[in-house]
Amino acid sequence: MNNKRSQIVSFSIIIILYAVLEILLKTGNLSSLFSSLLIPVCCYMAAAIGLNLNVGISGELNLGQAGFMSIGAFTGICVSGMLSGVISNGVIRLVTAMIVGMILAGVFGILIGIPTLKLSGDYLAIVTLAFGEIIKSLVTNLYLGMDSRGLHFSFVQNKVSLEPGGKMLLNGAMGATGTERIASFTAGVILVLICLAFVYNLMDSGSGRAIMAARDNRIAASSIGIDVTRTKMLAFVVSAGMAGAAGALYGLSFSTLEPRKFDFNLSIMILVYVVLGGLGNMTGTLIATMLLVTLPQMLRGLSDFRMLIYAIVLIAMMLITNNEKVKIFIEKMRLRRKEKGAGNGEN
Amino acid sequence: MGKTDDPVLKVEGLGIDFGGLTAVNDFSLTVYPNEIRGLIGPNGAGKTTVFNMLTKVYDPSRGTIIFDGKDTSGMTEVEINRAGIARTFQNIRLFSGMTVLDNVRAGMNGVITYGNLSAVLRLPSFRKQEKEIRERSVELLEIFGLKDDMDLLAGNLPYGAQRRLEMARAMATGPKLLLLDEPAAGMNPQETEELMDMVRSIRDRFDISILLIEHDMQLVMGICEKITVLNYGMVLSEGTPSEIQNDPQVIKAYLGD
Amino acid sequence: MSFLSYLINGLRLGSVYAIIALGYTMVYGIAKMLNFAHGDVIMVGAYTAFFAATAAGLPLIPAVLLAMAVCTVLGVAIERFAYKPLRSATSLSVLITAIGVSYLLQNAAQLLWTSNPRIFPSLFSNGAFELGGLSISYVTVITIVTCIVIMVCLMLFVNKTRTGSAMRACAEDQGAAALMGINVNRIISLTFAIGSGLAAIASVLLCSTYPTVTPTLGAMPGIKAFTAAVFGGIGSIPGAFLGGLLLGIIEILAGAYISTQLSDAIVFAVLIIVLLIRPSGLLGKKVREKV
Repeated sequence: MNNKRSQIVSFSIIIILYAVLEILLKTGNLSSLFSSLLIPVCCYMAAAIGLNLNVGISGELNLGQAGFMSIGAFTGICVSGMLSGVISNGVIRLVTAMIVGMILAGVFGILIGIPTLKLSGDYLAIVTLAFGEIIKSLVTNLYLGMDSRGLHFSFVQNKVSLEPGGKMLLNGAMGATGTERIASFTAGVILVLICLAFVYNLMDSGSGRAIMAARDNRIAASSIGIDVTRTKMLAFVVSAGMAGAAGALYGLSFSTLEPRKFDFNLSIMILVYVVLGGLGNMTGTLIATMLLVTLPQMLRGLSDFRMLIYAIVLIAMMLITNNEKVKIFIEKMRLRRKEKGAGNGEN
Repeated sequence: MGKTDDPVLKVEGLGIDFGGLTAVNDFSLTVYPNEIRGLIGPNGAGKTTVFNMLTKVYDPSRGTIIFDGKDTSGMTEVEINRAGIARTFQNIRLFSGMTVLDNVRAGMNGVITYGNLSAVLRLPSFRKQEKEIRERSVELLEIFGLKDDMDLLAGNLPYGAQRRLEMARAMATGPKLLLLDEPAAGMNPQETEELMDMVRSIRDRFDISILLIEHDMQLVMGICEKITVLNYGMVLSEGTPSEIQNDPQVIKAYLGD
Repeated sequence: MSFLSYLINGLRLGSVYAIIALGYTMVYGIAKMLNFAHGDVIMVGAYTAFFAATAAGLPLIPAVLLAMAVCTVLGVAIERFAYKPLRSATSLSVLITAIGVSYLLQNAAQLLWTSNPRIFPSLFSNGAFELGGLSISYVTVITIVTCIVIMVCLMLFVNKTRTGSAMRACAEDQGAAALMGINVNRIISLTFAIGSGLAAIASVLLCSTYPTVTPTLGAMPGIKAFTAAVFGGIGSIPGAFLGGLLLGIIEILAGAYISTQLSDAIVFAVLIIVLLIRPSGLLGKKVREKV
């Protein structure tokens, strides 16, 4: 298969884009609008790569990716805030925050996955949808502060009273304020590359084959000794972990972040990147994410119409890519290219 | 035909009810090492249900299944396969979105000892074992005549090849007992002939026992050493092909009164 | 407020959810799709009724009828132009398209009517029944009664009429239904028409409870009603009814006795717990894959 080739394409896209953007950034040729998008795009990509493992390769619909990002984001912000007095190096603090965010999101993934992944059907979709809403609601009501005596938290009402010099890490519906922005574009690109390498290598291994087998035929997979629940769990937890790490990076790139940022619409947005990019197709996910994040920005001149156009593009894309005639045409093109390739002694 | 050996499979008093309806009752069967056994019966007799109980897709309501000297009660589908029973399905169940090679490689997951971390980091332990798995898979594909198609998607194979791939995948799990559910369904006489040779040769090569459900009498009578006839969920008769062919009860069950 | 009056408020909100959930569950049962645009049809219904009542000065019944007409046409049109071409596509493609339609409706509404909230006029008379110290407003009674009437009518329609049995056949197996001479496309259109019409009724009842009309008004009730449908057992009409009522009651009681801010979280947590205990919902039937 041309798996190897698509891997090379994905890595090249990211590295070349990184080089170009970094040069533009350093020479001051990138508009502030675009440079403000760089880190978020990396975060969406990482979360989308994870989600593609879960939805595309494992075949389970997940409507709560924003919930995992939220866990990662606010965990990361808190970890970074708590460590700010201990570790002065921003990079080490960022990496620590991302790892803790990833682990916590993964743990939540396991908690949700254990009861749900045993069942087939759309259960994961519904439960993850509910999970995303629950997380949003819980974080919106969480107050967390830190002073020299340690951590203080309260729920629903802000009852945290801090010593002078203490600071609030989470402020209920206002979320995190005054966050030190230690995230960087380079960190984002490295995160995307790690996620890509992780998913590609996992897919090309026993676990990857088990995940795909469980997707294609649950009963046959069990009949050859594949523990379906466990393999689905692996894909789900990796996806959640990636969203957690991405969320931590995201959270540490803004000085203020509200919990309602991670709502159902964000989950859907990431799912759209995955579906439009092609299920199981990581290169497609990367391209779709870049295009769809920049599209509304490019349409900014159309102000009020941009989201309308976005919606129409979304519907049109789905109708076109699922049109029988278009499908046949694409298949023909693919075969022709293959023949040509074989003729030239490639492959 | 070592009849003095311990049986590989010993089923006694097996039965299952679906919502008050008894699908299989008091089913007993003994399969010896290296035996090819046929399970026949009219449509709806409960043959596939027996397979589903043997492989724990369904939990039997009654009876015992002793496989390889061990009681299998409480085992899951996965544990049964790991213990050494593999199967094919009446309505083909391939991993149609995966390549032919990957379908077989997926069957070898039981032997993998490397962890996910060494897979992601491509450690030597991973590379070594993957190489072995690939070689063994290609070998199996060659036996089943699928080597040239190994990079095709399983769903794009012709029907007969799909049936053979299902057998190859089942064999990849390294079973002691192979259950074939209508392996010749939809095949033409020539393909059936080839299939018979293939079934015999894998039995000899891998030293396994085979239990097969089949409607094609030419195949059943041709390769099975012993046949069990099921009717209305109960064993009607058991014997060698010639005994079965001459059993008036069997003839009556098939032809009606 | 007493427990009883919270319970009645819960029943009122639950009835609205139930009406929306009935539309959701029917569409899911027949077309096997999660119609995420359903909530936005409610929003269109709410704006229609709003303008009918304010600009055109129509009284309650004509305003509701107009909203129903608009929503029915809208629902059928959405199905015809966005979902029908995707009958053979993967369920994910259909889901994304439904989300696209949802965005489209929300943003079109924002362009047409801005995001400034409008205050829905009170279309119901403000009186209340007094029952032993308990006061139950007319609109509460009307909401609950409407919901019960709709549920009973739908049950009768689905179980007692020819079209209803054609619907059940489509829900069971579209291919087989087509072979029996049932016009599957017409049945699907009809299902969307009924679901959207119900959404219009729900919109008026919803806006009588929460009288602010905005372009995103349908999103949360849509998700809640979907949850209610799953809660009761998706595809089941009595299930949607029961699920809707329970969801409304849980939401109001959780808000009253635990915390208003956490009531959504509690509702969804209850959903997860119910699904873990009864994966097919309260009244859903279990399906077993044939091996």
